[in-house]
Amino acid sequence: MKKKRIIPVFLLNNLQLVQSRNFKCFESIGNPFLSLKRFSEWMVDELIYLNITRVKNSEHEKKEIKNFTKLIQEISKYNFIPITIGGKIKELKQIYNYLENGADKIAINSFAYKKPKFINKAAKEFGSQCIVVSIDVKKIKKEYKVFIDNGSTNTNMNLHTWVDIVQSEGAGEILINSIDRDGSKTGYDFKILEKLKKKIKIPLIFCGGVGHWKDFKKALCRKEIDAVAAANIFHHFDQSDYLAKDYLINQNIKNIRPPKFFDLK
Amino acid sequence: MKKKICIVNYGCGNTKSIENALKFLGYNAFISNQVKDIKKSTHLILPGVGSFSNAMAKIKLNLNLKIIEKEVFEKNKPILGICVGMQIMSSYGFEFKKTKGLNWIDGSVVKMKNKPNIVPEVGWNNLTIHLKKNKLFEKIDESDYFYFVHSFNFKTLKKKEILASTNYNDKYTSIINKKNIVGVQFHPEKSQSSGLRLLKNFVENFK
Repeated sequence: MKKKRIIPVFLLNNLQLVQSRNFKCFESIGNPFLSLKRFSEWMVDELIYLNITRVKNSEHEKKEIKNFTKLIQEISKYNFIPITIGGKIKELKQIYNYLENGADKIAINSFAYKKPKFINKAAKEFGSQCIVVSIDVKKIKKEYKVFIDNGSTNTNMNLHTWVDIVQSEGAGEILINSIDRDGSKTGYDFKILEKLKKKIKIPLIFCGGVGHWKDFKKALCRKEIDAVAAANIFHHFDQSDYLAKDYLINQNIKNIRPPKFFDLK
Repeated sequence: MKKKICIVNYGCGNTKSIENALKFLGYNAFISNQVKDIKKSTHLILPGVGSFSNAMAKIKLNLNLKIIEKEVFEKNKPILGICVGMQIMSSYGFEFKKTKGLNWIDGSVVKMKNKPNIVPEVGWNNLTIHLKKNKLFEKIDESDYFYFVHSFNFKTLKKKEILASTNYNDKYTSIINKKNIVGVQFHPEKSQSSGLRLLKNFVENFK
């Protein structure tokens, strides 16, 4: 039976692992490599790396992307895990470069909104399976609106409208993150899904607000959610991925892969 | 004899990840499309991501297929196709348009059934192993998980060539094998200890 995925998200600010709250405050919580090693030992299902560094100018951006590429190169040398990379993706060449260095999937956010045809171009070049469209949403007067540029710009487009476009342009997966719930520890906002339930035709990764492993339990029971993701909570405890899965298995959740230690047999 | 594994580079596939996995296992692995590298290798790996038609177009553009077929069919060199690399070993693919495959193994590649679960299938799934004594399954059983990302399946009428199948909306071929040719629908290089073991079995047990 195919299992639903539990995905830790690594937010990287100037190559430092950080925790975030409402997309605003960042607090450094350590070295991305040490943390990765633990996830790798407990055979995590998948990882998402998002480069959230606010770049000052194009020179800075170039340097950032170069450093980030090096990081991926290092990560993929010793970890045999599916990895999604996102942040500042604007060119096919950049996608090619990340994939070449060990990434499996690419998350596109702001640029996809600015140039929806880019989703299609990227999907045609690298295959739909490779293109994840990442969407940040915020509730404004009872409607979920799509925000871009690290959550700083309201596009005024409704989430469900954007999801339609993203799917028709050929995205392979959708990652939805709630800005309101980010770092709040109050659980997922399932109301986001109300207008999406019948629309979703591709795997949906749900993110934002997890404060307890039981939040995963609720999400894993939803038919329209294919994978659950979280950032902060996974970096607060040692062996967090193991603890999450162990809790869920004990709660009789059967649609996940049980925790297992990496052992070459 | 020392193993030398050539990851065939035709501009379509996550070659680096495969190289990393093989190097981690201690093998001499290299990414190349050069005739001399293909000839000197003991094993070949045919990667592939994206669409069937794109992979076939790139293969024709970047590879000397005659040399590879000579290695595979005359010298019986073991070759492992991964994901789309497995799919293009079939006779035909139907992604976007009907496209001729390499026609190494009888069969065609067709769209997955899309109910009740959404397509593509993305995530971890098990195998139903049909030929347990095959040397690819040393220390691997039905409790092992592998990482799948696909919307199309390899369909064949030759049941004997299906080593393992997997369930997602329907039962489909997850490992195919004809003599020295092996194809896997999942990504062993991304399947942690189970995937690495399978790669090791391919290199050690197929000669």
